[in-house]
Amino acid sequence: MIELLGSLFILASLAFFAAGSIGLLRLPGVHARLHALTKADNLGLGLLVAGAGLIGGDLLLALKLLLVWLLVMIASAIAAYLIAGHAMNDREES
Amino acid sequence: MGEQKQQGAQFMILTQLIFGITGGLLFAMGLRSALVRESLLARIIAVNISGAGVFLAFVAIAYRGLEETPDPVPHALVLTGIVVAVSATALALALRRRLDEADDE
Amino acid sequence: MEITLWHLLDSLLAILLLGLGWAALSGTDLKRGVVLFMAFGLLLSLIWARLRAPDLALAEAAIGAGLSGALLLLALRDKEKSENNLGQPGFLPGLASLLLMLLLAASFALAYVSAVTGHEGGRLAGLAFGNLEQSGVSNPVTAVLLNFRAYDTLLELAVLLAATLGILALGSERRPFRRPGVLLEGLVAWISPLLVIVAGYLLWAGAHAPGGAFQAGALLAAAIVMLRLGGMRSDHLPGPLVQRWLLVGGITAFMLTGYLASFLGLVFLQYPDGRAGLLILLIESAAMLSIALSLGLAYIGGRPSGWENRSSRGRSS
Repeated sequence: MIELLGSLFILASLAFFAAGSIGLLRLPGVHARLHALTKADNLGLGLLVAGAGLIGGDLLLALKLLLVWLLVMIASAIAAYLIAGHAMNDREES
Repeated sequence: MGEQKQQGAQFMILTQLIFGITGGLLFAMGLRSALVRESLLARIIAVNISGAGVFLAFVAIAYRGLEETPDPVPHALVLTGIVVAVSATALALALRRRLDEADDE
Repeated sequence: MEITLWHLLDSLLAILLLGLGWAALSGTDLKRGVVLFMAFGLLLSLIWARLRAPDLALAEAAIGAGLSGALLLLALRDKEKSENNLGQPGFLPGLASLLLMLLLAASFALAYVSAVTGHEGGRLAGLAFGNLEQSGVSNPVTAVLLNFRAYDTLLELAVLLAATLGILALGSERRPFRRPGVLLEGLVAWISPLLVIVAGYLLWAGAHAPGGAFQAGALLAAAIVMLRLGGMRSDHLPGPLVQRWLLVGGITAFMLTGYLASFLGLVFLQYPDGRAGLLILLIESAAMLSIALSLGLAYIGGRPSGWENRSSRGRSS
């Protein structure tokens, strides 16, 4: 039962990852692509972590996965900020 | 019991073939790029990809299926190989940088 | 032959890997090539996980994708004299090299298929698993690396040292980065201690779980890279003399252990009974620091500015 729930979480995360990737490929401009990438992929990874934690069953494992998710969110947020800042600078110069 | 073991062996062999032949292809592709491209950086990347193909072939041979623990000796060899590859890459990049400065003199 | 879902997954991973490799090799824009190479490394790490090689997955993600990618990204800034990426070869050389490549791949595939499907030969795995309890650790890969084939690891550290000496001899460090905005500086300030803690954990866990000296050393090198990116040059690294000792520390620990064994009447690098676990931990700690500093210096790009040459010692101060 718990494994079924975990698998559903993982399947849902696939949809979010697909949405993020399609957004990266199809949306115009740096900022729109960053938006799709960070929002969709962060939530996708969160669902993946939740599903993997449920299937894994160990509390310590789930906490470690949670830490991974937090780190990825922080890193991707700061990276998105830096990229967006550079894109804005490039646009101002040209 | 013997048939189950044979099915397990076939499962393992198919995976080994898929990844091993991919490794061989990567090796050949990387080698060709290293010979053909002119940019030093492209050549360094090509040699790295070639090495990755060799590692893939090693680890594919070490794979023993889902039940049995894989063979640790090729794993150790590939781990050594990864570290050696990155240090060789670092030296190659330093040489490339020095070459550029030498050309300017 | 029964084709299961696993094999479908394997085929998908293999095709993706080949596609990424081809894209990384054949583009004319080098920046794209480097980024695709990093993605290639990450996919390869996933494949290691699929092939039940977690130690390799850790090492590939940290070293193969992370550190190699960082080094290549930095090297993009160096100009090259013949930056001729568009130099696709002429028709005949291009065709010849293509045929050579196909011939190579085909002969490799032939040998590989006959090896895998043919008669099962002798394997070292039996020896390794048989002697695992006496090796001092319970992770078989660590046992092979630090006990059964410790000599190979000693030579690997020597290779690393040789590369580092070459990098140090070739020039001084790259221009340091300027101080970044508050966000990146904050990230670096928080992540660096975390990296040190996780590196220590990986070193300790390497005895009984996936991990070990190489992965831990790579994480420490990543901490050095992050400090560098955060505009801090060598603020938090030890001084030049300590750095020199740390660089040779790994090999020294190995050699001392080996000579200790000879002194005790055993073969070189044969661990005394019962002491194997402790000795392996000591050697791994020294090796971790050596690897971290070597890879960190590789990213810094050359001799840091605090290091003095013998010739200039008389002149300075």
